[in-house]
Amino acid sequence: MSEILLEAKGLVKEFPVKGRHKVVHAVSGVDITLYQGESLALVGESGCGKSTMGRALIRLLPATAGRVYYKGTDITNLKGEDFAPYRRQMQMVFQDPYASLNPRMKVRDIIAEPLVTYRVCPTPEATTQRVLELMAEVGVQREFLDRYPHQFSGGQRQRIGIARAIALRPELIICDEPVSALDVSVQSQVLNLLKDLQKERGLTYLFISHDLSVVKFISHRVAVMFLGKLCEVGKTSELFAHPLHPYTRFLLDAIPKADPHRREEEKAPSDGRSPPVPSTRHPAAVFTPAVLTRRSDARRRNQSCNKPATGKSPATE
Amino acid sequence: MNEQLTLSIEHLRSSFFTLRGEVKAVNDVSLAVPKGKIVGIVGESGCGKSMTAKSIIGILKYPGRVVGGSIRLDGQELAGLSDRAMRQIRGRDISMIFQEPMTSLNPVVKVGKQVQEAVLLHRSITSAEARQEVLKIFRTVGISEPEKRYDSYPFQLSGGLRQRVMIAMAMICRPKLLIADEPTTALDVTIEAQILKLMKDLSRNTGMSIILITHNLGVIAELCDFVYVMYAGKIVEQADTITLFDHPLHPYMQGLMASVIRLDRDVERLQTIPGVVPNLLHLPAGCAFSNRCPYASDECRTQPPVLHDVGSGHLVRCFRGEDDK
Repeated sequence: MSEILLEAKGLVKEFPVKGRHKVVHAVSGVDITLYQGESLALVGESGCGKSTMGRALIRLLPATAGRVYYKGTDITNLKGEDFAPYRRQMQMVFQDPYASLNPRMKVRDIIAEPLVTYRVCPTPEATTQRVLELMAEVGVQREFLDRYPHQFSGGQRQRIGIARAIALRPELIICDEPVSALDVSVQSQVLNLLKDLQKERGLTYLFISHDLSVVKFISHRVAVMFLGKLCEVGKTSELFAHPLHPYTRFLLDAIPKADPHRREEEKAPSDGRSPPVPSTRHPAAVFTPAVLTRRSDARRRNQSCNKPATGKSPATE
Repeated sequence: MNEQLTLSIEHLRSSFFTLRGEVKAVNDVSLAVPKGKIVGIVGESGCGKSMTAKSIIGILKYPGRVVGGSIRLDGQELAGLSDRAMRQIRGRDISMIFQEPMTSLNPVVKVGKQVQEAVLLHRSITSAEARQEVLKIFRTVGISEPEKRYDSYPFQLSGGLRQRVMIAMAMICRPKLLIADEPTTALDVTIEAQILKLMKDLSRNTGMSIILITHNLGVIAELCDFVYVMYAGKIVEQADTITLFDHPLHPYMQGLMASVIRLDRDVERLQTIPGVVPNLLHLPAGCAFSNRCPYASDECRTQPPVLHDVGSGHLVRCFRGEDDK
């Protein structure tokens, strides 16, 4: 395995609950490692803490506890000037291409903003030149330089968001549900683009998604998150072929398959319950919520969620 | 089809009259929904699937309106009915559920009250009886602790529960037809599976017909008996679900199926349909899909193809003969 790019140890993120002396444990003590050049997918249902973790990892949100190391340097508490060189190595692509682009900025200004902030190009002409290169790279026609976001389709907006993210030649990109707002045919165009960019630039992705089929295509390794903790980490092919944790199996079973012949096979249990909110710290709740107990797997249930089964942990690869 | 039809639409046309011209959002669409069956409409954003639904239920907003065609529900003509007459039918005979349950529920009214409103509008019963009806339907759609949920506000419920409330509201008058517009798009896969199963059970147990609008082929395969594929305001292919998935004939449907990521196969690159959906104001002269179609010939670019039968109710709008498929 290649070199470690980003590593978090015991990462905790808590949000206070208004009016009560309680907190929501969005991320409760996660160890995660990102290797250089890989795509690690972070999957789980809404509210499991995957977006919060993505943000805490690159310090868009301050962590409550735990440390984050970038290439071995502790970046958890770096400030201002000290942090700037790391910030430009870590960029983000957001879910909603309608909300993440400023509607009053032209495409040229949106893509140029990181370049201007970090004073990458010496002259405005050079900046425009660089913006045009980036647009070509993500497949947006150069004639659209002076258009506003509302003049583009969802897929093109997401391409602009990607151009902005790669403008500073970062090493790491956090993709937070980058294709879930897009149509099927456009979704595959954007996924192909992300994969091509990774190959050309050796990017590392943390790919946050609830769509396991997308994850299967894009990622090398998958981390399954449940109630603020990782419950299984493994190579994509292994995890899909032999899911060990009952929750992973539950997620895999729930995907609607585009094959009407398979319909008769039994589907995921539907008991009308939603995943619990991790507001109270009952260790038992993490291991035996309603959805998991229905799939009795005594052997796995007693295992700690944070220590993936042998042979599947990134540490033992 | 000889079966009893709950809904039959013939040559429906709906347009938006904008400053830049007439946008034909629904362009000569005919479809049939047999009693107790689930019929799917599949297509990408802007293909006219939601507009078809809104035309049926009569909620097209200005500057859009139904320009022609007939919509018959159990033999009764709906096109051209007055707003007043339509209000009697909406909620009682046809209901609709929408994609985002948060924006379709009133945020400042308790959900029980909102569901109850539907019964009180259409039936002359006391509010105490209506409350009992609501609790009953809450149990049917699998809402746990119905008494407690009755007094909840929408923001206190999860996405899955909110969608169940929407379904309860749509079901409470036992409509003949339920139109579900992307009912699970905003939900997690696990919750999605629950809601799909609920809709299937409801249709089986009550004989209600469902029109399911989605862009997710997985959802279609899971639930529907018959499928219509829409592109740029027209139906381009229609068949029963098994036939369609086994032998998709239209290049657009083939492209859609190829872009779905299969869990049982590993691929290096995903198939895509190049280009984007054409602007409905400037449609190509011939086939609307010709600018994205890998097989397009000169004929396709100049002549509009017609929807024709290729056997056993499988219709396709494409020039390519059976042989070269």
